[in-house]
Amino acid sequence: MPFSDVLDVRVTDTSLRDGSHAKRHQFTESDVRSIVRALDEAGMPVIEVTHGDGLGGSSYNYGRSLVDEKVLMKAAVDEAKRAKIAALMLPGLGIKEDIQEAHDLGVSVIRVATHCTEADISIQHFELARKMEMETVGFLMMAHTTRPEALAKQARIMADAGCQCVYVVDSAGAMILDDVTERVGALVTELGGDAQVGFHGHENLSLSLANTILAIRAGAVQIDGSTRRFGAGAGNTSLEAFAAVADRLGMKTGLDVIKMMDAAQDVVRPIMDDECVLDRLALVMGYAGVYSSFLKHAYRAAERYEVSGADILMECGHRGLVGGQEDQIIQIAATLAGQKVLPNKV
Amino acid sequence: MATAAIVGSGNIGTDLMYKLMRSPSIEPRWMIGIDPESEGLKRAAGEGLEASPEGIDWLMSQSELPDIIFEATSAYVHVRNAPRYREAGIRAVDLTPAARGPYVVPPANLTEHIGEMNVNMVTCGGQATIPIVHAVSRVVPVDYAEIVASISSASAGPGTRANIDEFTNTTSKAIEVIGGAAVGKAIIILNPAEPPLLMRDTVYCQIPLDADTDKIEQSIRDVVAEVASYVPGYRMVAEPQFDLPFGSDKSGRVAVFLEVEGAGDFLPPYAGNLDIMTAAATKVGNEIAHQIDSSVQVGKKDQ
Repeated sequence: MPFSDVLDVRVTDTSLRDGSHAKRHQFTESDVRSIVRALDEAGMPVIEVTHGDGLGGSSYNYGRSLVDEKVLMKAAVDEAKRAKIAALMLPGLGIKEDIQEAHDLGVSVIRVATHCTEADISIQHFELARKMEMETVGFLMMAHTTRPEALAKQARIMADAGCQCVYVVDSAGAMILDDVTERVGALVTELGGDAQVGFHGHENLSLSLANTILAIRAGAVQIDGSTRRFGAGAGNTSLEAFAAVADRLGMKTGLDVIKMMDAAQDVVRPIMDDECVLDRLALVMGYAGVYSSFLKHAYRAAERYEVSGADILMECGHRGLVGGQEDQIIQIAATLAGQKVLPNKV
Repeated sequence: MATAAIVGSGNIGTDLMYKLMRSPSIEPRWMIGIDPESEGLKRAAGEGLEASPEGIDWLMSQSELPDIIFEATSAYVHVRNAPRYREAGIRAVDLTPAARGPYVVPPANLTEHIGEMNVNMVTCGGQATIPIVHAVSRVVPVDYAEIVASISSASAGPGTRANIDEFTNTTSKAIEVIGGAAVGKAIIILNPAEPPLLMRDTVYCQIPLDADTDKIEQSIRDVVAEVASYVPGYRMVAEPQFDLPFGSDKSGRVAVFLEVEGAGDFLPPYAGNLDIMTAAATKVGNEIAHQIDSSVQVGKKDQ
């Protein structure tokens, strides 16, 4: 079943949210306006704008925003003529008041993200969003760590709370082909007509576009990506490439392939500090199954404590850290640097 | 000896029961739940407490009422129950994030509100981290403090999950009111790793560039030792990390990394978040019991 009469698949661009990690949360209002204008012009249906870690993410732990995200969301809403503006929020970090504020600024899609085994902490947020008649999306993060059947049960909790589309989120870019097919398929079977299924990929094992196509074949009708892969880790699914591939496959996405290429090259790339590349640390994240936004934090801690960034990330994977535990990166680096565990001495 | 009832027979209430049973000043006599099948009620009956699944209506209809009620239900339930305790003249120690009464975090303000009818224990993350914010803010002004509490999924019951916004709000506010930071921010993370991880807490405080780091570090160590006196598994896992300045800021930052291993009374030792809450509540309960005892003594003398 397609997304709608007009679209086979609906795409959300997350350059201005996942890209916030790569930009170390230093987006300006003019960056946001330029990117929204270009993507809106290229037919992008939904554009997500928030701190990388979602509403309320500006902090010591995740990095402080240069510009208040409310200013950025407002600018995006102003600039978009056709596109809907979305915001991300993580319960435990963001709160219901943040959703209310985003709604009041004109944000119409709220995406509530939890670790893939903890969906029940999102219930109060979905209920509020539906009461305000916002469109709702649920994110089951680090989905590679959970078996398909268990993941489907978590999706059911979100759908019952009022989530209209549950995403399988490959936060670590660790899923390999069949991993995606099985998980998306399990969610489609579980949710039936109660909610749609989506897929959010990362490029850490160089598979994000292939994974995205498999997700669609397994029944996903919403997908995420970033123009120029602007996102955490090695970046997200390239949306200009996706537009081209989808067009070749005869899928209706509403995206103008040439305008997406132009936006990627002429608008988004100049705003990026660097290209999002599959370097050693990004590959380690996919290999060890580590949350993609840990990348810049690992770089910084490796530099500050003069230890190996790869060692830090492998230890993150070994400890089973989940999204949000960026604080542990400093502690791991300090420990690797040879500082001993302390007794409680006075 | 003051008598006590525990209202709420879940993880927190049951863990608290074992701690109160060891208290020299409190006799836990009642355990109140709403589910006859609850493990907590069964254990309470086994330990000789009067255990009832009929909620507080049952408790309030008894001929003898407790001196102190420890509330271990949820924020919503405590908001409903608190006025009834007050009307009955029963002192309440609230372990939910309802925050009907003033916050109490032992190293910062153990005895400040001891005469109040209702005191609030903030949250597990608050009990673990606010002592550190207090330790820093008594040495230098703290314009901003932020805490990250990571707990194992297995130790987060339905109350914590349904109350996640209340956790964030109550902890943030208490970082300011009790911790002494001008602005507070709290973050909670549930981690499902198996075997379950010990509770981890990180505290970041913004400090002035000319801060005396030795003095701050000593103050932190003193407070860690003080908390460890009632939560033996509370410890720092790395040296306090000072960044002066922090990045391109005009201020510095200290980061403190903590681990809380539980005593294993009800849930296994990974659930340090339960222990720090119930141990702090027991400590506050003991103070209230002493205060009740001494006011009874004074009353007798007056007669």
